[in-house]
Parts: sequence; C-alpha cells; structure tokens
Amino acid sequence: MGKFKEKVIQPILDSWSLIVGLKITGKYFFKPLITVHYPRQVIDDENLETYGGHVELIGKPKDPATPKCISCMMCVTNCPSKCLTVVKSKPPKLTAAEEEAMKAAEEAGEKVVKPKAPKNPAKFLYDYTLCSLCGTCIDNCPAKSLKFSNNIYWVATSRKEMKIDLLARLKEQATELSAPAPKTEAAPAAAEKEA
Amino acid sequence: MNAFLMNLLVLIIAAVAAMAWLGINALVWVYCERKFAGHIQRRPGPFEVGPHGVLQPLIDGLKLMGKQLLTPDNADAVLYWLAPLLSMLPVLLLFLPIPYGPVLTGMDVNLGLLLILAFSSFNGLAVILAGWASNNKWGVLGAARAVSQTVAYEIPLLLTVLAISFMTGTLSLTEITAMQEGYIWNWFIFRNPFTFLSFFVFIIAMFGETNRAPFDLAEAESELTAGFHTEYSSMGFGLFFMAEYGYMVVMCSVCSVLFLGGYHGPIPGIDGWWWMLVKTYALLSLMVWARWTYPRVRFDQLLNINWKWLLPLATFNLLAIALIVKL
Repeated sequence: MGKFKEKVIQPILDSWSLIVGLKITGKYFFKPLITVHYPRQVIDDENLETYGGHVELIGKPKDPATPKCISCMMCVTNCPSKCLTVVKSKPPKLTAAEEEAMKAAEEAGEKVVKPKAPKNPAKFLYDYTLCSLCGTCIDNCPAKSLKFSNNIYWVATSRKEMKIDLLARLKEQATELSAPAPKTEAAPAAAEKEA
Repeated sequence: MNAFLMNLLVLIIAAVAAMAWLGINALVWVYCERKFAGHIQRRPGPFEVGPHGVLQPLIDGLKLMGKQLLTPDNADAVLYWLAPLLSMLPVLLLFLPIPYGPVLTGMDVNLGLLLILAFSSFNGLAVILAGWASNNKWGVLGAARAVSQTVAYEIPLLLTVLAISFMTGTLSLTEITAMQEGYIWNWFIFRNPFTFLSFFVFIIAMFGETNRAPFDLAEAESELTAGFHTEYSSMGFGLFFMAEYGYMVVMCSVCSVLFLGGYHGPIPGIDGWWWMLVKTYALLSLMVWARWTYPRVRFDQLLNINWKWLLPLATFNLLAIALIVKL
C-alpha cells in the first residue's frame, strides 16, 4: 500500500503545484510593470541613488575638485580585476635658487625640511571595461574617497571611451554645481523588442 | 449540378475564410503570446511598432518574407521545401469541419472528427521530413523527438475523443455541438465525472500534440539549438510557425466543440459564434499562460507522463464511459 501511495496518490496530490504555479504567474500578469520605456521615460533620481555604476572619487568637503584620496594604493592592491591605476604625486621640483639656498643652509648646519610630496594622486585612471563592480576598492579605502557613481545611461562605442580619468571627472563634477550624471545619448533599448 | 456548384462555391469561400482566419489568428496570437509573456514577467513586451506594438507581428511577417530562402548544402531540396508546405496546408483543411456557428460551418461532414485527427497527424510527417531533409544533426534529433512525442500523445488524445464519440454515437462535430444545446450542464465536460476527466486528459494531450511548452521538446532551443527547423530561413520557418499557431487554434476549437458546447451559450437562447470564439480563445490563453508558467519537462518525463499516466487514464476513462453508455 505504501508503494501505491508513493507512486500514484502522491503524484496526483502534487499536481496541485501546477495550479499554484498558474496562480503565481496569473498574479504577476496583473501586477503593474516595473520596467521603463527608456528613451521616453527615465528613472527618477531617487531610484538612481541606489544604483551602483562605475567607481568614482569623492572630493574634499571644502575643496570638491581635489579628492580625499591619500594615494595609499589600498584600492589598487585590493582590486581583483586590476582596473585602477594610481600614480603618486612627486615632490615639487625645486628651482635652482631654492636648491642652492637649501644647500647653503645644510652646510651651515641648519635643519632642512625637504618639500614633501602632496598626498593627492597625480593620476587616477580607471578602466571600466575590466571592472566587475565588486566594490572592494570602496570597502578598503581608508580615506573614504571612492564611491559607486549612479551614472546609469553611460554607453560608449569604443573601449577607449571606457577608460576614464577619475581626477578629470571629479574636476568636471566640481565645476558643475550638483554634478548630474552625464546623460550620453543611448540607442533605444533594443532589449524591449525581445519578448 | 446546381447543388454541386453551390457546394463547391461554399467550399471555396470556406477555404479562403479558413486561410484568412488562420493568418489573422497567427498574427494575433503571436502578439498576444508576447504580450502575455511580457506581463507575466512584468515587462512591456513588444512596444515599438504601432501603439503598444500591435503592428509588430505584421512587421515581423514582412521581415520573414523579405529574407532569403536558403537550402543547406547536400540537403534533399524537394523534401526540404515540401516539409513546411506539408505542415501548413493540412491546417487549412482542419478548419473546414469545425462548426463556428449554426451557419458558420465550412463543410458539414459526417466524419469531421476523424478528418481533423487524420490530417492533424500530417504535422508529424512534416516535422520528420523537415528534420531529416535538413542535413543537420540537430534537425534529425529534433525530428526524432517530435515524432516520438506526437505519436505518443496522439493515443490518449484519440482515446478521449473516442470516449466522446461513444457517448454521442457520431463523429460529426456539428451533431456533437447540437447535443450540447441548452443549459451549461448539458456541455459534455459536465455530463459525468469521466467526461470531466477526459477533458483534462484532452487538454494535456493537446499540449503534447501541438508541441507547446511544457512539452515543446521538438524545438528545445537549449538542447537542440532550434530542433527540426534549425536550418529553415525566412518563410520556411514562418510556415512552421504559422502552422503551430494554426494547430493550436484547431485543437482549442475542437476541445471547445467536444467539451464546452461549441457555439452554445451557458443558457439557452444566446447561442452564437461569439461563444465559440470566447471558449477557443480562453483555451488558447490557457496554453499561453501555461507556457510561461511551467518549465520544460525532460524527454523521459514527457514520455513517462504520457505512457504511465495519460494512457492508462484515457483507457480507464474510455471503458468507464462505455459502461455508462451501455447502462
């Protein structure tokens, strides 16, 4: 009897799951759509805030054009896809007169402070074609200088355009007041035609 | 002679109407299916061409017609091009004996049911020809699977249909419809518990017979790239595609004639072709709904469902109905 129940009764009872499945898809059929007809409609800024686009720098609160970055290279070391390139700044070159003055001071036995390199990076390059948006750089940044952008409408026609200079981008954002995401003209979403 | 000419004229009109009906249905249901799928997955579906994308199937049809017809190297060209025609042409014939209304019957034949069952089997032949003549291993595999599937699912289908014709004592679809006149409980689905059961067997076998998901193993694109029509381009594929929708409409029409009272309304006095349309389209929607709900079954599961469940059920059902009729 046990076998009969297992092989015959149970499958019939399990068939109820077919109805359950139909109920679920039927319910979704009547739910409002959650997709957006892109060229005609765009997502409002509130929803864009949660979007994790490419990585970008955060400026200093008082000087938004320079990043908080201290060139510690933690992001570069931790990046699994090696998409970040940070070049540290070099100490400022001394003019000949200053150099001589320094030498003179050294010979005179004074304490000489050599000019230090600024902490800000000289170059901060980012290759979006390699990035997997894992956020490890953001998590590991001790200066909290990195964040995900909400640049959702970014498309490029070549790989080169996907390599961005984040310092230049920060400067650009600083000059624009609220730094909106640059809306590149995108082709109409072709995915919609697929059904 | 005059009567003969009259009949011929009616037949020609019916054939043309069937063609138009098939074309319209294919267009409408391609669109509806994509919209249904879209809404179930909470996306808009086709949206670009025309308001809400209503012209999309038309444009797709034009695109298909504009494409080049290709015959693969070393393929059997005659059989290769015969297959889509063989798939398409019988569908037109299938629409003739279906009574869409008291007057809207193309050809009132005594053996309407037999005609439909016989000619709908042509699809199996078309599929195996297509697969075999394509000179493509996926095509052959798809065809082999399609044939073992259609042959298997035809048996329970026939048994349930046989049960109904046992009850009615006729194979004419017009007469079967006439017997279900009156209130809703006169419909064969509600006559006795066994007809209720045979309705479900018929529905499941219908899915298998028309190669629809979850039984669309003949054209399982994940395993067979496309199945029997892998090699077909442009309208070669288009004809198979239209034929599939044609068979769906025919099967749903037959189902509504056999079990749901055809053009009869649920209460007497409101009969008309619109009831037939409502019932057929409700069944078609169910087919589409099921397609976007259930995952595709595995091939052994497909055959197990048929041989271990549907066939015994249909046989039992037939015997029970025979017993009821005898009593």
